Amino acid sequence: MTPGLSVQNLSYNYGARKALDDVTFTVEPGAFCALLGPNGAGKSTLFALLTRLFTTASGQIAIAGHDMTTVPRRALARMGVVFQAQTLDLDLTIRQNLTYFAALHGLSGRDASNRIDASLDRLAIRDRASEKARSLNGGHRRRTEIARALIHQPDVLLLDEATVGLDAATREAITTHVHDLAATDGITVLWATHLTDEVRDTDRLVILHQGRIMQDGHAGTLRGDASLQQHFLTLTAKPA
Amino acid sequence: MVIHPYLTSLRAIVGREALRFLHQRERFVAALVRPLVWLVVFAAGFRAALGLSIIPPYQTYITYETYIVPGLCGMILLFNGMQGSLSLVYDREMGSMRLLLTAPLPRGWLLFAKLVGSTAISILQALVFLAIAAAFGVTTAPLGYLTVIPALAIAGLMLGALGLALSSFIKQLENFAGVMNFVIFPMFFLSSALYPLWKMAESSELLHDICAVNPFTHAVELIRFALYGQLNLPALGWTIFATCAFMAFALWGYDPARGLTRRKS
Repeated sequence: MTPGLSVQNLSYNYGARKALDDVTFTVEPGAFCALLGPNGAGKSTLFALLTRLFTTASGQIAIAGHDMTTVPRRALARMGVVFQAQTLDLDLTIRQNLTYFAALHGLSGRDASNRIDASLDRLAIRDRASEKARSLNGGHRRRTEIARALIHQPDVLLLDEATVGLDAATREAITTHVHDLAATDGITVLWATHLTDEVRDTDRLVILHQGRIMQDGHAGTLRGDASLQQHFLTLTAKPA
Repeated sequence: MVIHPYLTSLRAIVGREALRFLHQRERFVAALVRPLVWLVVFAAGFRAALGLSIIPPYQTYITYETYIVPGLCGMILLFNGMQGSLSLVYDREMGSMRLLLTAPLPRGWLLFAKLVGSTAISILQALVFLAIAAAFGVTTAPLGYLTVIPALAIAGLMLGALGLALSSFIKQLENFAGVMNFVIFPMFFLSSALYPLWKMAESSELLHDICAVNPFTHAVELIRFALYGQLNLPALGWTIFATCAFMAFALWGYDPARGLTRRKS
């Protein structure tokens, strides 16, 4: 079976500093994979490479079987992204923001409109579609961004620290929702975070530290009897 | 009906620029006030000091106000191009540029669409300026108001492409003041916007030569001739050449292999 997301031998340097060192992992279709790492572990660099903000000569990335180097546009078309930084145009309404994004993916007219409605329904924010993004709170802005990332029905959804700056209840709601997307819609999810409480025992877990993969497996198995928090702290306290 | 994804994205990007423009009316007014102050205040002072002989495309003695109108149109395009560059750097820091660049279309096309959007707004502003100038009595041949549109478009694309190229090399918003000092001012003052090149040659051959290779000079001359329904071929050639060169720089600057956001964010 073609993996939802495949990363092979990926390395990246900022000058002399190694940001990613021979990173390899695959995520099965429809799986929720948490990418856990402390600040500066290389998560943002990995996301920049996964979304082709920049490219590297060493290593391969494939999204739903499409190679990012040879067929980048096909790979990008199968991917939805929620960036860490907020990327809504605050002066536009939610629907205008989503319509703009749909057009960037070549969708327009009734088709785009139907998809936007479906996406907004799924995130339970359709009733606010005509409000300006500026009037939304942080949680709703995030939901809007997730809804936007789903318009073109991607196979893979990437979220880079999507819950940063949100309160505990909102964080929980969004984490649960994205878990549901993987379970019910079969979307492959890569969820980057530094917060252990967002990871469930049944999740795939990749622990990234100082640009290298330290552990890769199921969260419940990896943590053993310790809490994931304890396990993570012990692991990342040691020199890599 | 299936509309080609290229056109759909172009329409959306241009539409977004237009909406953004509607939301920033202060910017529109500010962009008009600047050249109008030059036209009304500066030109009045200079009129006495500067004697202009008859040079093409003019067929008679002209007032200094008439002379600087094309240069001030160029000023609008220049400031807008740089403003566009500023907003690109801002977009990049804020993340919305990432959204654009991860669309499954060639990067060159996405950047070009952005350029078309900002140029369309620039043309509109320049036309409003020409209308106000006409209200002050500074007019041109009626047909000139039509023939100037393509000239404004090419000049606008050139200066927008310059802004795009600069934005890929400016790492932080704070560095933007440098662009004002090292790009806008030299480009504007070392050109034929405020004084004809022969006048410059009288004081310094070197300065004249610098003005003569400045692409902004050619953009201004293109607009000047177009305002009288004439085509200045060398100026057109120069402007198109510069547009292609700046666009090539921009594409290189935004090449993912070079690393647009290579610095750790």
